[in-house]
Amino acid sequence: MLYDVTLRMSYRFGDHPASGRQILRVLPRAVPGRQRVIASALDFHPRPVERSDGSDFFGNITVEAVFRDVWRETAFTVAARVERTVETAGLDFSPAIESLPAAIDRQRDLGPRSPHHFMGPSVRIEPDAAISRYARDQLLPRMTACEAASALNMALYRDMAFDAEATDVDTPAAAAFALRSGVCQDFAHIMITALRSVGIPAGYVSGLLSTRPPEGKPRLEGADAMHAWVMAWCGEEAGWQEFDPTNGIIVANEHILIAIGRDYADAAPVSGVLKTTGSQEIDQAVDVIPL
Amino acid sequence: MSASMPLPRDAVAALLGRYQVPAGVADELMDAAGTVRPVWRRFMEHIAGQTPEQLRHQIARANHYLRDAGVYYRQYDAGVSAELEWPLSHVPVLIDEADWNRITAGLIQRANLLEAVARDIYGPNILAREGHIPASLIASSPEWLRPLVGSRPRGGHFLNFAAFEIGRGPDGEWWVLGDRTQAPSGVGFALQNRVATARAFAEFYANANVHRLAGFFRHFRDSLNGMRNMETNRVSILTPGPMNETYFEHAYIARYLGFGLLEGDDLMVEDGELMVRTVTGPAPIDVLWRRIDSNFTDPLELDATSQIGTPGLVSAVRNGNVTLVNALGTGILEIRALLAFLPKLCQHLLGEPLALPNIATWWCGQPAEAGHVRSNADRMIIGEALSTRLPFELDDHAFIHGNQADDTLGKLEDLLRDDPASLVGQEVVTLSTTPALVDGVLLPRPMSLRVFLARTRDGWRVMPGGYARIGRSENPAAIAMRRGGSAADVWIVSPDPVAQETMLAPPEGPFSRAVPGTLPSRAADNLYWLGRYVERTEGHLRLLRALHLRLSEDPSGSAPTVALLRKALDERGLGEEANVPDRLLQTIASAVNSASKIRDRFSVDGWMALNDLAKTAKRFSGRLTAGDDAARAMGVLLRKVSGFTGLVHENMYRFVGWRFMSIGRALERTQFILQTLRETTASDAPEGALDLAVEIADSAMTLRRRYALASTRATVVDLLALDPMNPRSILFSANEIKEHVAFLPGADVFGQLSALSRAVLQMQTSVAVLTPTTLDGAALQAIRQQAFDLSDLISTTYFR
Repeated sequence: MLYDVTLRMSYRFGDHPASGRQILRVLPRAVPGRQRVIASALDFHPRPVERSDGSDFFGNITVEAVFRDVWRETAFTVAARVERTVETAGLDFSPAIESLPAAIDRQRDLGPRSPHHFMGPSVRIEPDAAISRYARDQLLPRMTACEAASALNMALYRDMAFDAEATDVDTPAAAAFALRSGVCQDFAHIMITALRSVGIPAGYVSGLLSTRPPEGKPRLEGADAMHAWVMAWCGEEAGWQEFDPTNGIIVANEHILIAIGRDYADAAPVSGVLKTTGSQEIDQAVDVIPL
Repeated sequence: MSASMPLPRDAVAALLGRYQVPAGVADELMDAAGTVRPVWRRFMEHIAGQTPEQLRHQIARANHYLRDAGVYYRQYDAGVSAELEWPLSHVPVLIDEADWNRITAGLIQRANLLEAVARDIYGPNILAREGHIPASLIASSPEWLRPLVGSRPRGGHFLNFAAFEIGRGPDGEWWVLGDRTQAPSGVGFALQNRVATARAFAEFYANANVHRLAGFFRHFRDSLNGMRNMETNRVSILTPGPMNETYFEHAYIARYLGFGLLEGDDLMVEDGELMVRTVTGPAPIDVLWRRIDSNFTDPLELDATSQIGTPGLVSAVRNGNVTLVNALGTGILEIRALLAFLPKLCQHLLGEPLALPNIATWWCGQPAEAGHVRSNADRMIIGEALSTRLPFELDDHAFIHGNQADDTLGKLEDLLRDDPASLVGQEVVTLSTTPALVDGVLLPRPMSLRVFLARTRDGWRVMPGGYARIGRSENPAAIAMRRGGSAADVWIVSPDPVAQETMLAPPEGPFSRAVPGTLPSRAADNLYWLGRYVERTEGHLRLLRALHLRLSEDPSGSAPTVALLRKALDERGLGEEANVPDRLLQTIASAVNSASKIRDRFSVDGWMALNDLAKTAKRFSGRLTAGDDAARAMGVLLRKVSGFTGLVHENMYRFVGWRFMSIGRALERTQFILQTLRETTASDAPEGALDLAVEIADSAMTLRRRYALASTRATVVDLLALDPMNPRSILFSANEIKEHVAFLPGADVFGQLSALSRAVLQMQTSVAVLTPTTLDGAALQAIRQQAFDLSDLISTTYFR
């Protein structure tokens, strides 16, 4: 599946200039076997005084930009052509969740895709008793890791309401879970907390959704802005599987992956703030058009 | 000296009459048979030879020194922080040179081992892949900084300065209790302990063959200086700031070694290079001795909530443009669970066993180890695996001898089942005891020792001494300072006379005067405001004294000048006259606060004088009665202010920072006199107002000498505004500001006056051309506005 992607984000300030350093993770990355990036570009308006392109520990594409005394607005635009090549899931080769700890122990690698990074607490993921209990309630004995992750994915889709007003970017997973509502980021953080609590390594994925759903299918929730979902490690053979609890689906070719990490803090589209005395307003526009 | 003449044995015996070493514990002073060890003998004889009176006197000398040097540490208790006096245990710990050499060899090996571990876990990660360190342990530590993985520190070394906490077990052998690789503290305090202890025992110390410390610092300073790109880049200490527990030490070491003292906000990254914001613009810097934990150094790539970091620092490090001592990420070497793996890692990486064992540690993330801990819980301390605290700095929730310290965590059994990887078991530490003077009597107290290592051009060098922690009671858990423990000096005693060391390098080539360093903007800002606040304090005090003098003559307060004074005080927020007004205390506190941020640029005497002022003002607060009592108290405070300004202006180096402070002072004085004139020369001012003006401007003597007449509006205005010879006059201050500004960086731009120079000239001119007749209310208001604008202009030009 081929897509043309555009993403535009803008920050508007009041009457004061803004300065600062930011790291952007907004360019789609390649994922072997699943996603190919044919071309991509990131442009700023105005141009930053410094810019350096690189990648982070998890292999995400980063652009570090420095702004000095910018007036009124900064904006950037991502344009990319991306091919998604996910094959529909075949057999479930994942081990039973009871055998997953042994499988994790066998992993001795500390590379970016090692399950060890995605186990314990991380900046935005703290163990939470209510979420742990909830997670345990969704599981049956002898479930495979994939089945367990699917079950949690569906349960959260069923039990949580999508509500853009209920939470903000800093809301902890536990608080959103108590409200049983939130946006894709909250869905993802809750599911990650739940998966880790039952011993399944889980990470955060940020990306975009196709804005033109296939004929006869509804437009997915979260398609108007950057989206977030979950990756779960389901054993050596099955590896990382992706789930979208906001839409209750297993990720296939309607999702464009941009960045991964332990939680939002690792994969945030924009880290770092532009300092200014006035207010700031953020706007984003997304277009993901299948070719 | 009489020390060579042995004293009667019973004097020493009497001294040690109550010195009883607990069973099953090694003691530094006595061997198992209860005989004083040879290394201590002469020192004990010296102490035994003193009368109690002499001994008290000696102790007092040390305490005096510590107070005069302003040594303190900060302690946080239930959210409140306080500066506490330094708790010195006056009896040093004496260690025989031969014993010491075994320790140093073991610690150098350990430093090399940790360096090799760091190189691997921030590099190829072979140790994890081959199973020498569990991958999950590294991945779960918040001190393993992913943004630094794969980057080698500039200069190649992760560790350039390390400290180890060691203790002596019951069998007399030394054990490593914990590793300090992140940003070890204590080396400055160790130096202070030495100075204070050497003062106490000055007569003995001079010939006691105790190894001196200065050489260690000299070598480390030279090696840091040698890491710089350019000689003009000043090595600096990166501190979390004045609210840090050990800020005293940061400022002290900076002064002692001639380094700068910077906070994260002083730094910025430009085109991948690290810069200091100075009054002359960004200046490059490339070697930082950091006393701030890695995670706080860069909010962009590390802890995003840090308010004390420098965005972009990590990328400057990755670009190889800066050396941090120690490298970012070295905190992971401190985690407790790592102690479980170091013995085997030493064998694997260095091909030899650990020369100095560390305390036995079992990480419960492994089933066999967890089982061992479960069945031996009663002989262990069980705590958090990833904690970097030392064994005696107990976590809030630890299990000691199988019993939990509090009930936050539930049962040990449950924890070992549910989350074993979060736990380590460690052998309960039994520390040796060493003598401490408790109410004039020597008693054995548990002791642990921190030893410092610095990497120099010739490899690791160990400071011949250390920082000893002394327990408050016989309970080894009471050794931490927050639990009432104290600190002691450590003497490494040689059988032969030792070399005298100084900080001065041996002469090399012809003399050249060092270029004074550039002034960080934040320091300039604080100096400027220090000048303003001190001057403001003086103005407040003069007004208050004038009021109380009048009240002492006429307690009814009906004199018209009293009403004027009350109004003037009210306008300045100094409403509660009977007391020391809160606003005055606040102004003094602001002065102390500004000074506290620049302690490295400040003489200890100046700092003490300012603190003395603050303490006295606080003491007076609420205890004064209006009139004579309060007037005299204000006089006392005024003299203390003068003491401070005198010290500063007599002793402070005339660098650009001094000019900022002087400008602050002159501008504040201008504002004060302007306001005073406005109040006292108005057409409706009561009788006596002119005399009042002269009094609060401290110019009465001058007036009498110059005019020898009753004061008229013209003479008073001339004296306080326009007389260029009167140091209190507006014109004098304006001239002074003009002169200082001319010395500031960027005072002229390619031969043209800068905006600031222009503004100063305008203000100075508009004052100079006035006459007593043309100086009316409107003119005063115009100058006042100019002074305000000038202050803003200085801020935007230099402090941004």
